[in-house]
Order: sequence, then C-alpha cells, then structure tokens
Amino acid sequence: MNSGFGSPALDAASRLMTPFMLMFGAYVVVYGHDSPGGGFQGGVIIAACLILVRLVRGRAAGWVMPPEVAVVLLCTGAGIFAGVGLLGPIFGGHFLDYSALPLPLAPAEVRAAGSLAVEIGVALAVTGVLELIFDVLVEARDDA
Amino acid sequence: MARLAVIPLLALGAVLAAAASGLPRIGDPESPAATHASPRYIARGHEETGATNLVTGVLADYRAYDTLGETTVICAAGLACWLILGGRSRGAGS
Repeated sequence: MNSGFGSPALDAASRLMTPFMLMFGAYVVVYGHDSPGGGFQGGVIIAACLILVRLVRGRAAGWVMPPEVAVVLLCTGAGIFAGVGLLGPIFGGHFLDYSALPLPLAPAEVRAAGSLAVEIGVALAVTGVLELIFDVLVEARDDA
Repeated sequence: MARLAVIPLLALGAVLAAAASGLPRIGDPESPAATHASPRYIARGHEETGATNLVTGVLADYRAYDTLGETTVICAAGLACWLILGGRSRGAGS
C-alpha cells in the first residue's frame, strides 16, 4: 500500500472530496448537539477521509499517520473525556457533572459546553483508532 | 469432547430462550426501562442539557459514564490491534 491506486480519475475525485469530507466531519462533531451526529460519527468521517487519501495516493500524499502518532491521538481523546469528567469533582460536583464547571454561561449552556468537549475527545479517539487499525493492517499486508 | 459440548450449549440455549420469553416487547412504553428515567430525559432533557438532539443529550450528558466506557473500549481495541499485528517495527513480525 505504499504506492496507492493512483489513477488520474481517482486522484481528481479524491482531491475534490477531501476538503468537504473534513469539513463535514468537523460539522458533525460540533453540531451533534442540535442535529444527528456526535463524536463517534464525526470521527469516523474524518478517519474515512484520511484513509481515502492513503488508498488513492499511498504514502506519496504525505498524509501518513505513523502508529505512534495515532496512539497518542486516541489516548489524547480518551484523556480529554476523562479529564473533562474529572473537572467536575475538582470544582465541587460529581464525576462527569459538567454543570459544576465555572463558566460564565447559563446552566444548560455550561452542560452543553462540557458535552461538546467530550464529543471532541471521542472524535479524536475514534479517528486515531480507525487510522491505527488501517495502518496496522496495511503494514501487515505489505509484510506478507 | 466436542459432542459433549452440545449438552451445556443446549442447556444454555434453553435458559436464554426461557429468559427471552419474559422480556418486554421491543418499544413497549410500559416496560420498566421506558417508565423510569426516559420520561424525565424527554421532558427536561432540552432545558437541562441544552441539546436539541436528545440522543446526544443522553449519550454525552446523562449517560456520559457509559460513553466514557465505550471510548475506553474502542481505545483498548485499537491498542490491541496495534500490539498484535503491528510487531514489525520491533522485529517480532516474521
């Protein structure tokens, strides 16, 4: 999978789609509170975009995410989730109780902000996991 | 031994079938799961969590502990894939 499929038609189509896929992934993550979506779905869309570029152009695209980076990404995502949850007890609430966060917003907005931070963490973790699994499988195939 | 395994398998299947017959129907509004916490989520979810999408409100706020567990499971699965399949860089792949 070092070279990719690389036909001109695939190359042009993936170049056209990639920015919209990234933007739609971010939209799905951020707007999960008001429309269908959320961290899991948005993370999958972003990872699908990265994998599409890898499939079409291979390593030549320069979008290679080494497994070490992917592991850092997924641990960061889970860490954001747990860290936001731990902010609750620190500010005198319960674990994962976002309403305890000292933000100058209405109570419902504070909880929405906590949910958004958690969703971003989930999206990072899902992106990292899918990228990691793809990378590991591709390398295993290249070995054979 | 493989034939003997059929006996506990059938016994387990019988137990599960008997238990499944006692479950409430799918989508039953009178089932215990739908009468305890769900009405509260539906009635107050929007004003309490600020979420127009109640699914996200429940997943990321009310049941955030559950979602944290899901995220941890996904991370563990990815790390397991890496550790089992990605041994080439450490010279373990052959």
